Amino acid sequence: MVTPAHFIALSVILFVIGAVGVLVRRNAIVVFMSVELMLNAANLAFVAFSRMHGGLDGQVIAFFVMVVAAAEVVVGLAILTAIFRSRRSASVDDANLMKY
Amino acid sequence: MTGSVHGALMSHALAAASSTPQPLHATGIQNAAWLLLALPGLGAAVLLLGGKRTNSWGHLLGVAMPVLAFAYAVAAYVQMLGYPAGQRVRELTVFQWIDVGRFQIPLGLRIDQLSICFVLLITGVGSLIHIFAVGYMANDPERRRFFGYMNLFLVAMLLLVLGSNYLALYAGWEGVGLASYLLIGFWQYKPTAATAAKKAFIANRVGDAGLSVAIMLMFAQFGSVTFTGVFGAIGSASHGVATALGLLLLLGACGKSAQVPLQSWLLDAMEGPTPVSALIHAATMVTAGVYLIVRSAPIFNLTADARLAVAIVGAVTLLVGAIIGCAKDDIKKALAGSTMSQIGYMMLAAGLGPAGYVFAIAHLLAHGFFKAGLFLGAGAVKHEMNDEVDMRRFGGLWRIMPITWVTFGLGYLAIIGVPPLSGFFTKDPIIEAAFDKGGVSGALLGTAALIGAGITAFYMTRVMYMTFADGRRWDDGVHPHEAPPVMTSPMVVLAIGSVGAGAFLIVGNRLLNFLGPITGVPPVSHGLWTRYSTATFILVVIGGIIAWALYGRREVPVTAPVGSPVTVAARKDLYGDAINEGLLMRPGQWLTRLSVFFDNRGLDGLVNTVAATFGGGSGRLRRWESGFVRSYALSMLVGAVLLVGAFLLVRL
Repeated sequence: MVTPAHFIALSVILFVIGAVGVLVRRNAIVVFMSVELMLNAANLAFVAFSRMHGGLDGQVIAFFVMVVAAAEVVVGLAILTAIFRSRRSASVDDANLMKY
Repeated sequence: MTGSVHGALMSHALAAASSTPQPLHATGIQNAAWLLLALPGLGAAVLLLGGKRTNSWGHLLGVAMPVLAFAYAVAAYVQMLGYPAGQRVRELTVFQWIDVGRFQIPLGLRIDQLSICFVLLITGVGSLIHIFAVGYMANDPERRRFFGYMNLFLVAMLLLVLGSNYLALYAGWEGVGLASYLLIGFWQYKPTAATAAKKAFIANRVGDAGLSVAIMLMFAQFGSVTFTGVFGAIGSASHGVATALGLLLLLGACGKSAQVPLQSWLLDAMEGPTPVSALIHAATMVTAGVYLIVRSAPIFNLTADARLAVAIVGAVTLLVGAIIGCAKDDIKKALAGSTMSQIGYMMLAAGLGPAGYVFAIAHLLAHGFFKAGLFLGAGAVKHEMNDEVDMRRFGGLWRIMPITWVTFGLGYLAIIGVPPLSGFFTKDPIIEAAFDKGGVSGALLGTAALIGAGITAFYMTRVMYMTFADGRRWDDGVHPHEAPPVMTSPMVVLAIGSVGAGAFLIVGNRLLNFLGPITGVPPVSHGLWTRYSTATFILVVIGGIIAWALYGRREVPVTAPVGSPVTVAARKDLYGDAINEGLLMRPGQWLTRLSVFFDNRGLDGLVNTVAATFGGGSGRLRRWESGFVRSYALSMLVGAVLLVGAFLLVRL
């Protein structure tokens, strides 16, 4: 029997993998993918709770998150391409000019 | 002159004094009294703004303006004589000066018996000294500027005595201070002159502060600073207020009139050209303090304490000035000591209240003649001796400069009080009035005045012998001869005044009758020759004989002998400067250093510490902003975890 607890556990695992990916990887593409993983972990939690409570709110929000994630990826990849063109690097640590 | 005449006079004047005469509007010639300020004002403006173009005729304009002002003053005086005694106080408003809510001050002029005395003295003696200066400053390239400043002085001095409120008086008071500063430092390339000018200005500021506080106190108490308003309301003021006003006015008078403890500047003021010493530092400006006290008679009449303070200041100064005058070898400084001393007499008289006001003014007017004459004589000698002022290098001048000798000699006889010259008539009543005061204070004040008369005779005889008596001590390069007529003629006129002014003012109570309605009359009448006159005369003769024994009979050494401790002290102005330095200047410097220390370490230290703490802290904090996206992500994660943890904890 698959209970909501299983969904939540999977969601937490996905989120932690995504978070660790964001923190430890330098390649901006991989960081993006890790961010997507975290978003989808959140989506999974929303949908699981939606099903558990029998309402549609969580599913609606999951759709919104997907839309926002798609838009974010579009903008993010455009910036990334521009940076790569000028610097020949996709490492997030190389883009550190804006600091103290 | 005895009881009956005097008694009638007294009752009349007392009746007048009990109801202070209300000023009437000036009419006729007096309505143009602004001319007295405008004439020298025009002279000063043309000479100071006109520049070098006016060099050739500037001195003539500078002389013409005071002469015209004098002519006008005589006309106004004649008009005043036409009024009955009760209607002689006239006022006119030139324009509304300050117009702020309840603070309404017109620039008003008051022509009354007291101010017209001063106006005649200032313009009359002023004109003579201006004429003298034409010759004295003939070779000075800056003569035009000199006359500009002199006219400026006349404007301020006339405003001082004519103003119908204390604020106008104060404006004139500051104006004469400025003119005095400019003229003492006229030869500003001499460091001594520049320093003396600053010293005079600063010493005067102390007194001026007293006067300004007095004016503020008047406004706070009575809501008015006009003479009419203040004297009308003073009757209802408390004794403490009257005494405070009296003492503050005395402080002002001490500064301007070089009275102890603010006396130190006058001796150094002799750095100015001699006509300046004669006009400003002998005849007129330094007597402004006496004018202030006599003008404020309604205030002083209410407070015996302040009057006593005035009398004590006068008595101390007359002795201090006389002692300093005894030891100075610089002829101008000897005369400056004498000026201090004579003004001390006037202050002493003014401090005696109605018993002395008239005699203070009488001595002031007579002093204006003989001291101006003495200074002009000294100036003529200095002029002919290539600017030498050391009397030890004079001698034998009576053969060479007979006119100077005679005029100076008449001034000398007048100042020591030989009858029937001026000083006798005006100084003896002061001594008598001091004794008449009665009590211990009267005896002490009278004795001081009596001894002062003897010392006066000593130092003036000394000056006469050292300067004019046989035995030339000057260098071979000096070729003195008599001064030109433009210089001697004013001296002759002043000598006539020195001889006759005292008798003119005192015999027949002429000045008393004239000034009585303003100042009140003495409660006791004086004969012309009393036992005090005898005592004074004996002391004068003794003083003269001692001076003859020391300086007439014996050769005067060219280099000054070491002298007794008293002589040494007197040469150093009785340590006036040392006292000022020790009591005021050094502690003042310590105070400033202490303040600077506290400012640097205390206030600045606190502010700087706070600033440095925040600066250093934020310098470290900004290192967080590293530019690495992943560290920001970590901090966000940590923050989110902490928030979640907190929620869970609260839930539990």
